[in-house]
Amino acid sequence: MLATRVIPCLDVAHGRVVKGVKFQGLTDQGDPVELAARYAEQGADELTFLDVKATVDDRGTMLDVVERCAEQIFIPLTVGGGVRERDDVARLLAHGADKVGVNSAAIADPSLIDRVVADFGSQVLVLSLDVRRSAEQPSGFEVTTHGGSRGAGLDAVAWAREGVARGVGELLVNSIDADGTKEGFDLELLRLVRAAATTPVIASGGAGEPAHFAPAVEAGADAVLAASIFHSGQCTIGEVKRAMADAGVTVR
Amino acid sequence: MTAARPRVALLDYGLGNVHSAAKALEAAGAEVSLTADRATVMEADGLVVPGVGSIAACMAGIQAIRGGELIGRRLAGTRPVLGICVGMQVLFSSGEEGGVHTDALDEWPGTVRRLRADILPHMGWAEVDAPEDSELFAGLHDERFYFVHSYAATEWHIDPHPRIRQPRVTWAEHGERFIAAVENGPLAATQFHPEKSGEAGIRLLTNWVRGL
Repeated sequence: MLATRVIPCLDVAHGRVVKGVKFQGLTDQGDPVELAARYAEQGADELTFLDVKATVDDRGTMLDVVERCAEQIFIPLTVGGGVRERDDVARLLAHGADKVGVNSAAIADPSLIDRVVADFGSQVLVLSLDVRRSAEQPSGFEVTTHGGSRGAGLDAVAWAREGVARGVGELLVNSIDADGTKEGFDLELLRLVRAAATTPVIASGGAGEPAHFAPAVEAGADAVLAASIFHSGQCTIGEVKRAMADAGVTVR
Repeated sequence: MTAARPRVALLDYGLGNVHSAAKALEAAGAEVSLTADRATVMEADGLVVPGVGSIAACMAGIQAIRGGELIGRRLAGTRPVLGICVGMQVLFSSGEEGGVHTDALDEWPGTVRRLRADILPHMGWAEVDAPEDSELFAGLHDERFYFVHSYAATEWHIDPHPRIRQPRVTWAEHGERFIAAVENGPLAATQFHPEKSGEAGIRLLTNWVRGL
């Protein structure tokens, strides 16, 4: 039986971690690789780097970060942000990423999913969905772009189903409504996506305390992703895992 | 002076991502070269066959460098070989993926096929059921390892033979039982990724490197 994965997400811009990460004893608080190593020591099951300012000029910087991480930290690494073409995926994989997240580029051209899956297999591709509640969509949830500010006119559950049909290996379901509230994951959204998808589902958005994680797993998440709860120093990966274990969730 | 590190050849057949495997083997005590050079592959103390993606693509890549022949010749001389993930799957007779039949290296009988499970890929940290006398899993019996695959070998067909040392087969489960690792004389393989399995993975690789 699989352990539920706990995944810290680091926002990276120009090769540096953005949003204050507070860790004692780090020589370089802004180095994504050093922070990733710290999370790995705490028991992180995977790592995610999100390139929040991905530009063509900046591409090499992120590849360097990915390569250093892959050479030093022996747990899976997912990289997302600014992935537009099949060749972006190829470059990230060649530099050591295990999985690559796609978001708006797949919405603009769903055949991107087909091309990546054909060349590299399902297991490398994470379809990332930024979702908000919307009465205009049948499921009550809509996919958004531009950090949640623009509706994509797509039903979130239908889009998740299409992604799976096209062969993505995993769904990262990020609730724009819950993100930043620290009031817990959007459980209704997770239940709907779980019922529609045959791939693993990663829950994201809303984690404010260790007790918030187990309900996301009960709602169907195979993995839980969070950022600020870890970066703020509020709690460690280990504390979150203990809370999950106390609630009956299998963790590593 | 420290003892020379065992030389490990990491078979280079055009796979993109082998950074972690190379560095993890170094962390496990090996001197690693990524190579398809026949002499280097033959002379290395150990050969690692990596593999990701589809069994058809991996077999095509391996055969393009006559890797099957290299593996066979090493095994004929009882020279250690370790297959990882699809690098393990290609050691079975064949693969069935998405309606495509692939003839594989046939070191072991059996077909690699899609797991019968509600959720695929099987992705994450799973427990394994290793034999007590396993050398690969020595000291690692309570650990989890990182898997990411939808296909696997689900049956082990080799009958016991009184004069042959029994292969040690390690099992895991996702929807159904499948083979997670095999230790068969000089030929060993893991369906999971030791190079992505944190400390436990490095220790497993160390167990293998020490035996070279």
